[in-house]
Amino acid sequence: MKIVVCIKQVPDTEAEVKWDLQKGTLKREGMDSITNPFDEFALEEALLTKEKYDGEIVAITMGPDKAMDVLRNALALGVDQVYHINDPAIAGSDTLGTSYVLAKAIEKVGNVDLVFCGKQATDGNTGIVSPELATRLGFSQLTFVAKVDEIDAAGKKIKVQRGIEGGIETVEAKLPAVVSVSKGINEPRLPNLMGIRKAAKVQIPAWDCDAIGAAKDKVGTEGSHGKVVELTTPPPRSAGEMLKGEMEEVANVLVGKLLDLKVIK
Amino acid sequence: MADEHKDVWVYIEHKDGVTTPMSYELLGAGKMLADTLGSKVCAFVIGEKTEEIAKNAGNYGAATVYAIDGASFKTFRPDAFAKAGASLVSKFKPDIVLYRATTQGQDLSAAMAAQLEVGLGSDAIDLQIDAGSKTMKLTRAAFGGNFLATYMNTRSKPQMATVRPKVFPMPQHDTAKNAEIVKESFSMAEDDARTKVLQFSQSEVAVNLIEADIIVSGGRGVGGSEGFSVVKALADTLGGAMGASRAAVDSGWVPYEHQVGQTGKTVKPKIYIACGISGAIQHLAGMRTSDCIVAINKDAEAPIFKIASFGIVGDYKQIVPKLVEQFKQKLNK
Repeated sequence: MKIVVCIKQVPDTEAEVKWDLQKGTLKREGMDSITNPFDEFALEEALLTKEKYDGEIVAITMGPDKAMDVLRNALALGVDQVYHINDPAIAGSDTLGTSYVLAKAIEKVGNVDLVFCGKQATDGNTGIVSPELATRLGFSQLTFVAKVDEIDAAGKKIKVQRGIEGGIETVEAKLPAVVSVSKGINEPRLPNLMGIRKAAKVQIPAWDCDAIGAAKDKVGTEGSHGKVVELTTPPPRSAGEMLKGEMEEVANVLVGKLLDLKVIK
Repeated sequence: MADEHKDVWVYIEHKDGVTTPMSYELLGAGKMLADTLGSKVCAFVIGEKTEEIAKNAGNYGAATVYAIDGASFKTFRPDAFAKAGASLVSKFKPDIVLYRATTQGQDLSAAMAAQLEVGLGSDAIDLQIDAGSKTMKLTRAAFGGNFLATYMNTRSKPQMATVRPKVFPMPQHDTAKNAEIVKESFSMAEDDARTKVLQFSQSEVAVNLIEADIIVSGGRGVGGSEGFSVVKALADTLGGAMGASRAAVDSGWVPYEHQVGQTGKTVKPKIYIACGISGAIQHLAGMRTSDCIVAINKDAEAPIFKIASFGIVGDYKQIVPKLVEQFKQKLNK
């Protein structure tokens, strides 16, 4: 079985965020970066799948030079092959452009049975790249996956549980499939020292648009359909009233105030 | 070349043919956009039998309902629904298409966007029409809610967006209003469908944070899973849902479905009660637009108090049971 994991480098969720107001995109330079937290679950699920069903894991990322760090981390954890899609033309791609580039890269990898993604990235927070990717590739689209029940590689089938509003849906799908996973599907492992040392020595192959056959007018800021026309900070929310006194009395006052809102029935 | 795209379309989601009033909520936002543009708000629905849903969509204000019926469409699955939906959009050419930012809305809109090769704005918290270009302006929270970004797609049509639930007011239900129903056919062999839903099991505790009017959440300060029974008791008394901070989920006290915040759900209830939550910026990003926020925390310096409508410095273990008791009394429960 050939498994691809898509990994994105995102600004550290603790970091201060800076915007390029002209371009309407994040200023990624000089910001602390991490592997998108949701992608850690995707990576772990790929490793677990390989352990259980055998196969080969290819990790890919798209981003500037330093995005290579996330691939090194993936190598240290034990993926077999990595590719870094790195081309100035792809900077500022929207979800449509991103899913296009990833689809082209996955086609280049070839004979892929399963693609794992995190359910969303913590910078853009759209969650639409993986379903767009599935559609572009003509693969089954399995989102919000909370558990992989079984994979039948020979029969080309996969069964998963999806966490949707109000419950769990069990879905059977044909392989190949794009599976985007939720937090909690597994416990991501940490790399060990030997893995880190080995990964440090690997020459990471880079692909540009030409290498994957991606048309430059469909990617990057130029190829994006949505343009940021305005950036503002949300109206500040001011502190309200502090309720003080004996607990019994405070509870009484709060209950009265909340009932006055006529929401609680 | 004159632009032939017109009207504002709203996707009506359902679960195995069953809708709730919330399924129709975007007909309100759609009407507002259509009125500004001088066009119509329409609905589209895909299902096994759509008559009832189409009629309801009319009652909620849709002028025209485009419907595709078929046995393949009993239960939502993205590939089948996206192919059917894309066929409607390609034929009737709407100007704007709106979906709810739910798992179904996100799945369908993304698959349709990739198929139609059009842009998709996600999780809008405001929609306007740009006066000059007549293009939709979509505002969403960017990077953990620290910024609001407004987007326009001047490149492709239809302009598509998912819209955060409960942001726009519900449209009125009026049985005197009826839609023109346009039935289209789209057939799909079962063998061609890539996915098949085998079963749905309702959570013992149905967690539907994004539609809840009242959420009672617990954080690190709750101290353990036992403490969450206190939090849950209040949520149950108020008919609300139970939420949690990332710290509580990562400690294994409650499952991930309950998590509110940057790596969990973004919610906008009418009342949000935070127990033992200090208010890390990642948590605030997920709940700061709630109408009324109540914070209960031992630490008077906790950042959550800076955005709370009502704050109580104290131990949730003492206060919350008192709240449960008093609400039960006053609500005659």
